[in-house]
Amino acid sequence: MRIYLDFNATAPVAPEVQDAVARAMRDDFGNPSSVHAFGQRAKATLDEARSHVAALIGGDPAEIVFTSGGTESDNLSIRGAFEAARTSGRRRLVTSGIEHEAVLNTVKALTAHGAEVVTVPAGRDGIVDVDAMAAAVTPETALVSVMLANNEVGTIQPVQRIADICHQHGAWLHTDAVQAAGKIPVSVRALGVDLLAMSAHKFSGPKGIGALWIRRGVRLMSQATGGRQERNRRGGTENVPAIAGMGVAARLAREALDRDALSATARLRDRLERGILETIEGTAVNGAPDRRVPNTTNISFDGIEAESLLIALDLEGIAVSTGSACSSGTLEPSHVLRAMGLPQAFARNSLRFSLGSTTTDQEIDLVLTVMPALVTKLRRLGRTAAALR
Amino acid sequence: MRVVVAMSGGVDSSVAAGLLAEAGHDVIGLSMQLYDQRASPEAFGSCCSLDDLHDARRVAGALGFPHYILNFEREFHATVVDRFVSEYAAGRTPIPCVQCNSDLKFQTLADRAAGFGAAAVATGHYARVVFDEDGRRYRLLRGVDAGKDQSYFLFSLTQDHLAHAMFPVGHLSKTDVRKHAERLGLSVAGKPDSHEICFIPDGDTAGFVERHLPADDRTGDIVDSGGRVLGRHRGVHRLTIGQRKGLGLSTGTPMYVLKLDPADARVTVGPREELGRRDLTASRVNWIAGDPPTAPRPLTARIRHRHHDAPAIVTPDGDARAIVRFASPQMAVTPGQAVVFYDGEECVGGGWIDT
Repeated sequence: MRIYLDFNATAPVAPEVQDAVARAMRDDFGNPSSVHAFGQRAKATLDEARSHVAALIGGDPAEIVFTSGGTESDNLSIRGAFEAARTSGRRRLVTSGIEHEAVLNTVKALTAHGAEVVTVPAGRDGIVDVDAMAAAVTPETALVSVMLANNEVGTIQPVQRIADICHQHGAWLHTDAVQAAGKIPVSVRALGVDLLAMSAHKFSGPKGIGALWIRRGVRLMSQATGGRQERNRRGGTENVPAIAGMGVAARLAREALDRDALSATARLRDRLERGILETIEGTAVNGAPDRRVPNTTNISFDGIEAESLLIALDLEGIAVSTGSACSSGTLEPSHVLRAMGLPQAFARNSLRFSLGSTTTDQEIDLVLTVMPALVTKLRRLGRTAAALR
Repeated sequence: MRVVVAMSGGVDSSVAAGLLAEAGHDVIGLSMQLYDQRASPEAFGSCCSLDDLHDARRVAGALGFPHYILNFEREFHATVVDRFVSEYAAGRTPIPCVQCNSDLKFQTLADRAAGFGAAAVATGHYARVVFDEDGRRYRLLRGVDAGKDQSYFLFSLTQDHLAHAMFPVGHLSKTDVRKHAERLGLSVAGKPDSHEICFIPDGDTAGFVERHLPADDRTGDIVDSGGRVLGRHRGVHRLTIGQRKGLGLSTGTPMYVLKLDPADARVTVGPREELGRRDLTASRVNWIAGDPPTAPRPLTARIRHRHHDAPAIVTPDGDARAIVRFASPQMAVTPGQAVVFYDGEECVGGGWIDT
């Protein structure tokens, strides 16, 4: 039996989603821009999906632009906003150190185009420092980008308070909600954000499809110029099957949130976390335990290379993760844990467990049975190796 | 048996892994990322570039066993690169592949392998390991393919290493290895061999040393054995013993580098007949059997990977040192290189050339 505890990397595709993708591929092959009946049918599929995606975050369907995923949504948002605001003299981009690389590397790339980037730290609790944010946002700020939920430790960010700060200075707020959408109730109006990015495959939709919610009135420079698809905001024929799948995934996610299905995931997560902390010495949870998405826990193991523990667990059939993987797929010290001010060792010895709707009590039992012995063994070998050198 | 295979992405380690998998072993492929592939200004060359890591992954995928890439940047820097740079600065000519093989591939990988429940570490080296029932010990033998033999790089292995080591291609010729690669349908079957130092793909060793260990002025005098100044050089790290080209001298007879003296940046040169030496001393000597011989031992010794070994008497000299006296003069005995001892087919040990 293999146990999958890496839902923050990607979630298994829901059967209803698989069916919707196959159906759209088979029946809705028309080009949504075409005038004829084939085109109209594909357009109808598109519109239905757009409504479901908008409903997941409390937005209006007309405010949704489909993209190839979270990374493209972040790029369209940040680059599009920066280019639009540059003419008015706003060149500052403010973000946090715990953002996903899709945000960090995009703002970094814009420094070559005149952007002045300010990166605000997070506290040990994995929450972005709001006071530092208030100090960083100025009348010259074009855009602030702060994630709604962190991918590695799961902490939920004070986006609403940051939105107030932004709007005092006339800056836009973009939030990467890739790890929040489908895990917690999200309302773009309550948050007060201007732009919100999401990705379908994180909530059991297909890969290669995502969306950017753009508040009505926010003008971005298009990053993919071409045809007039997506209200002129992203050229290119729409990926109808994937969009149909995202629509169904969004509907399922909203229904699950409505019936509070995620509290079951939270209960399993808490049981896993408690079990590890109680049976394995030298373990600690990273990030504020009471301000997290319900499915994620990030735990550090003293005296262990997370890399080795991850591989040893995989050989036992248990799939977990650490920070972001780099180009070769190796693990590197987590930039998120470092931005939280945790010592270098923590950034190397922490594992992320992220659960999902298909996780069971039996799976958690098995993980809790396997882990203590594995950790003990790796610690013993690590000490022997260190002593030999 | 569960076996960890160190996979570089090349044909030798790929075939090693393939043969073990075919024999029914529970193979786990491990590759080492030795450099930050994104941040480094030095694109990686032959041994461990991103493409090579992907090649290794592809082979594992095709053969159906798990493969992981371990981040060994810190270890590689500490055990290989730093030492490489400081050796050059100290007027020696280092051979980083030995540290990489023994300290990284065997020691660190063996540590990790044990954690994964593996009983052995296999590599694609052309060498053999056999258990000597009479002597109750492991013996390291040359690879069967004399042209590819890599036992030189493995002289610092211990009995403990060898007890867990497997060299699945050591009994094969390179031609046979390529045939196996084709038979197994491996994508790397036609991949060329690597030669240069993997972390210096452009071959500019001097530039690498200068970037990692900046200094204002490295220039100095070139003198002959009598101390007469013949010219100037741009740094001892740019030269190696036996080098003739690039000295910029206009003497009548060809002059060769005889000695590098980093303390006063002095380089001594001389005609070819002064280059030969019969004696050398070595330190950090490893005897693979465990204990050093109790008396001077007639062996053959090799002073560079690409050289042939030559008859010599090796005399242990306390504390992991040895004195090597060759039967005939050897050209270009170079401090920093390894001297490796053989008894017929068996690699019995070796050390680092001091003088």
